Amino acid sequence: MNLMQLTLLEQAVFVLAALVLFLSFAMLAQARLLAGIHVFAWQGAVLAAATGLVAAGGAPHLFISAALTLALKALLIPWMLHRLVRRLELERHVEPLQHPALVLMAGAGLVIFSYWVVVPIERLELVTTRNILSLSLAVVLIGLLIMVTRRQAVTQVIGFMSMENGLFLAAVAATHGMPLVVELGVAFDVLVAAVLFGVFFLHINESIESLDVDRLNRLSAREDDT
Amino acid sequence: MNASAWLLVLLQALLFLLGAPLLVAWVKRVKARLQNRRGPALSQPYRDLYKLFGKETLVAHTASGVFRAAPYIVFASTLLACTIVPLLAARLPAAAVADVIVLVGFLALGRFFLALAGMDVGTAFGGMGSSREMLVSALAEPAMLLAVFTLAMTAHSTNLASVVDHQLASGLILRPSYLFALMGLVLVAVAETGRIPVDNPATHLELTMIHEAMILEYSGRHLALMEWAAQLKLMLYGVLIVNVFLPWGIATRITPAALGLGLAAVAGKLLLLGVLLAVAETGLAKMRLFRAPQFLNFALLLALLGLLSHVILETGA
Repeated sequence: MNLMQLTLLEQAVFVLAALVLFLSFAMLAQARLLAGIHVFAWQGAVLAAATGLVAAGGAPHLFISAALTLALKALLIPWMLHRLVRRLELERHVEPLQHPALVLMAGAGLVIFSYWVVVPIERLELVTTRNILSLSLAVVLIGLLIMVTRRQAVTQVIGFMSMENGLFLAAVAATHGMPLVVELGVAFDVLVAAVLFGVFFLHINESIESLDVDRLNRLSAREDDT
Repeated sequence: MNASAWLLVLLQALLFLLGAPLLVAWVKRVKARLQNRRGPALSQPYRDLYKLFGKETLVAHTASGVFRAAPYIVFASTLLACTIVPLLAARLPAAAVADVIVLVGFLALGRFFLALAGMDVGTAFGGMGSSREMLVSALAEPAMLLAVFTLAMTAHSTNLASVVDHQLASGLILRPSYLFALMGLVLVAVAETGRIPVDNPATHLELTMIHEAMILEYSGRHLALMEWAAQLKLMLYGVLIVNVFLPWGIATRITPAALGLGLAAVAGKLLLLGVLLAVAETGLAKMRLFRAPQFLNFALLLALLGLLSHVILETGA
């Protein structure tokens, strides 16, 4: 696939997809909780823009998905997370990464791995934007990496949500979106998940007075002293 | 044709020499305006250089030959590196004999002697500055090479002139790899030219300075050459960024009209870049030295993403 054969619109979709991946890396490296939420909101906005461009390129039913993505992932869910963080008084919380360079390189390794996995699929005659598949797989895997490397419950939720962003990008890029019913279902699933996570945060916070999920491994608070 | 082309190379080098202080003055002036100050006149760096060349040159009695030779080597290597970068026209003989790896090599040579000179006299500040400079450059160089390789892979050549030609020939194409390489290269340029947030060019504060610490012992014409070389380096990175990523307006044929247009285009782009640099420097705070590796690691990651997105998105099966 040579980039020069594509239209300007498709090239713009490529650039936006690459930006989605870049924002995943930014999320991975971000130590501040609120900044992480902002990056997540930006990822949702860029994803919505990419969907809008694909829709403008000949799949008008995707405009609805674009609007849904913008409303849910760029505005509503970040706003809910923001409110939760303020309510739990975690605005100034900073969670330094253990080995930032190592984690980022692991992310780069995941990109290469997903490229290697997706190469055979790309030989299929799908739509022209199929190259984006490996990027979206990488976004999914990096979301997983965020959940693995972080101990803070809110950051883990951000990682989880960005995994969903990756899946959505794959659907938009490879097959011009899922059927509308499925998309609506997934969108509301994510919304419900966000609400449930909020309730969970409050409960975790109440019972262990922290959102550090590592502390859930201990049987009692007194184990700290030993 | 050949003689006139070499003449043009000389003209470009001259333009670099004369333009570099102006670019620094422009950035200073915009920055001053943003901070509600009047700022120095645009001719101030020229006056400073003139003054320094007229002053007596003092050398510490512990200094060796390296200390005396370093200003000339640093200045010459930076100027040679400048001749490789296409300023007005793309297809020039100087760009044909040396590619971008040579450019990185020239910059490394200058930096090596700069660090040696910092350590030569044996003062504490000089050694500290040298060790910091080496820390920054050891991390910045791989990032720069990766960003450059991204360009080279697209153009199938490490020659800057062919990169520019390729970019001009293919017209407007949105390349994700160029976007990442551009961001990576900007971060590297900020670190390498000692601007905020890595180093502050306007301070002599002991604990934070990098570049100023190394040239603390210099005076007179030695100091003038060092300052001039630093200004040249800023312009080199500026021209590299604007002409490689946005080459429109650069002369492809050697006629007076095309060259005039090229000069106007590159001057306009550099002035705009200077404004952006001043705005960024006003908005950002200098970070702690220990965070510089993180900053450069990020630059490396961006350049790597550029390389990967070139392979994944732009070549494909």
